[in-house]
Amino acid sequence: MAVISYIDAVTQALREEMQRDERVFVLGEDVGVRGGVFRATDGLIDTFGPERVLDTPLTESAIAGVSIGASVYGKRPVAEMQFADFILPAVNQIISEAAKMRYRSNNAWNCPLVIRAPYGGGVHGALYHSQSVEKIFTGVPGLKIVMPSTPYDVKGLLKSSIRDEDPVLFFEHKRCYRLIKGEVPEEDYTVPIGKAEVKREGTDVTVISYGLTLHFAQKAAEELEKEGISVHILDLRTLVPLDKEAILEAVAKTGKGLIIHEDNVTGGFGGEISAVIAEEAFFELDAPVRRLCGPDVPSMPYSPSLEKEFMLNPEKVTNAIRDLAEF
Amino acid sequence: MATDIAMPQLGESVTEGTITKWLKEPGDSVSKYEPLCEVATDKVNAEVPATVSGKVTEIVTEEGKTVAVGEVICRVEEEGKEKDKAAAPAEKAQTDQKVTKPDVPKDSMKRRYSPAVLRLAQEHDIDLEQVEGTGKGGRITRKDLLKLIESGEMVPVQEKASPISETKAEPASVAQPNEQKTAIQREEGDEEVPLTNVRKTIAQRMVQSKHEAPHAWTMIQADVTGLVKLRNKHKDAFKKREGISLTYMPFFIKAVVDSLKEFPYLNSAWGVDRIILKKRINISIAVATEDALYVPVIHDADEKSVLGLAKAIHHLAEKTRSGTLTMDDLSGGTFTVNNTGSFGSIASQPIINHPQAAILSMESIVKQPVIKDEMIAVRDLVNLCLSLDHRILDGLMAGRFLQQVKKRLEAYSPDTPF
Repeated sequence: MAVISYIDAVTQALREEMQRDERVFVLGEDVGVRGGVFRATDGLIDTFGPERVLDTPLTESAIAGVSIGASVYGKRPVAEMQFADFILPAVNQIISEAAKMRYRSNNAWNCPLVIRAPYGGGVHGALYHSQSVEKIFTGVPGLKIVMPSTPYDVKGLLKSSIRDEDPVLFFEHKRCYRLIKGEVPEEDYTVPIGKAEVKREGTDVTVISYGLTLHFAQKAAEELEKEGISVHILDLRTLVPLDKEAILEAVAKTGKGLIIHEDNVTGGFGGEISAVIAEEAFFELDAPVRRLCGPDVPSMPYSPSLEKEFMLNPEKVTNAIRDLAEF
Repeated sequence: MATDIAMPQLGESVTEGTITKWLKEPGDSVSKYEPLCEVATDKVNAEVPATVSGKVTEIVTEEGKTVAVGEVICRVEEEGKEKDKAAAPAEKAQTDQKVTKPDVPKDSMKRRYSPAVLRLAQEHDIDLEQVEGTGKGGRITRKDLLKLIESGEMVPVQEKASPISETKAEPASVAQPNEQKTAIQREEGDEEVPLTNVRKTIAQRMVQSKHEAPHAWTMIQADVTGLVKLRNKHKDAFKKREGISLTYMPFFIKAVVDSLKEFPYLNSAWGVDRIILKKRINISIAVATEDALYVPVIHDADEKSVLGLAKAIHHLAEKTRSGTLTMDDLSGGTFTVNNTGSFGSIASQPIINHPQAAILSMESIVKQPVIKDEMIAVRDLVNLCLSLDHRILDGLMAGRFLQQVKKRLEAYSPDTPF
């Protein structure tokens, strides 16, 4: 199997889906001639032409609106928000139209669209290029929210998202783009939306995470194994629909749950996971459910030392797991 | 020590770079900001500048190699710097990172049970008091219980509550009671008296009895005018003859023992899933010393006469005061008689001597005006107070038992032989 990077998995999935289904097209700022600012759509315009690889104006509301219209018409648009931070002008379209289309038309219409957006910090991107925005959408019924952490899942889940009959927000951690590499099969495959995956079996602490912090947890688990602390790791992969069964099963393994995400703690998705555990796994709990998340500050600082302070890292994760293990 | 030059962050999302060409070799001098090498990344080609002025001492990453951002690519010996300067900040950073753990007092979390721990303890009948916790502050963790369950060395709850513990020694040798810190605020001039082992044992057994046995209480009054006259008639001669005082206690015990024969449930113990009726009648008697209370036992009290009981009481009281009670003297009681009247009490609510079924206290004998044969008469009355384990006994049987004791006490007259 070939070892490719997280971003290459995005490109491969797009290319293969465009080849498989001619209704699929991509649109976004600089996705065509430039091949995307992160190079996610690199080379697609050469293969599929400007009619299926659309460079749009700097108008996210239009990117979302055009996608909604095209998808209702029968196309399979894959829109790119250049940075997840820029999705905010499109929120009205996404929440009020895409999420509700099937419901309000009593199943007559649906929106089979994907909106890809690179999110997260740690790349010295400061205020407008580092935000995690999932919490804006996780509480909106009608949207699926996919947040993969490995190249294998990126490719498999992006294919599933494109083939899905309803709107999917596909959040890619930009720090993972070139940092995370992994084996990806040559042949066509998909990863089901709504299924979490156990990344590591353990008996002391259960870590539930997604995206970049999942990798921190894996690193921390390796360190802690030397100290005799055994960590169980669950990669959510999809936030909505949430794989509650996998969460409850994972927590039951250890009785201790630590939820880790980069999005800030208050109102972050960790609160929802924590509530699920408290409601449905109370008698399995051996310790209070804990969250390790980004701080409640308005945005990512530009100063490198402050960015480091803001970001989680393997050391912070290790300390949090150790502390819970000792409880 | 030389300064490490690392692969710099050359753009957003760039995580690694390939050295395409070294512009300096070991031994070359560089000034700050002068390019050291050329680097190619996914997005850009760039030069890596020196961060200090000095002499290149070592090339770590060869041309053509790809390294992650932050990894050392070469080392530069700084001009005019002490060799070991570079080590200092790194070391400092490390100590700063150390998490200072708050001091958690040992055993402070010993009795804080998580839902998982309580569930496992219930499912497997584990007595958590007997489990050693390995969590913070001595907390018993889920893992502690899982290990215990797996090992099969559990401490079942029943074993502790079963009447077998009756064979254990009484005051002197029971496990330590809770040593939790008190929440009582101390004021100036207050004195703290450390607990003696006897005090600790009394405390623990009282709590255990009150906690385990639901206490019910009842009291009746007996007219012992005849018994008082009998005693007054014989006491001087008795003292002369036997060398000990004739008290009311042996008469009461005799009445109790004879009544216990009729009501075996009063002479029993709670066995969790059964009631154990004791064959022997061994009467515990409460003997107070200045600082403690002992309950030595008159074994087979039903085989003794009033005289025999009087001697046994005297003997045990002597031993108690001289501190020469043996374990045997303290073991095996099946019912307790408590002479609270000796210090003037007219009513009391005694705590059952665990694991017995009941305890009787005899109060002061007091002259009172009563209606007898439609006339007011002066009579000697005594209150008999009974605390009973309501799991074993109900009020009816306890009442009947007391009626028998009363009947026996009231049957004495100045001429009754004893």
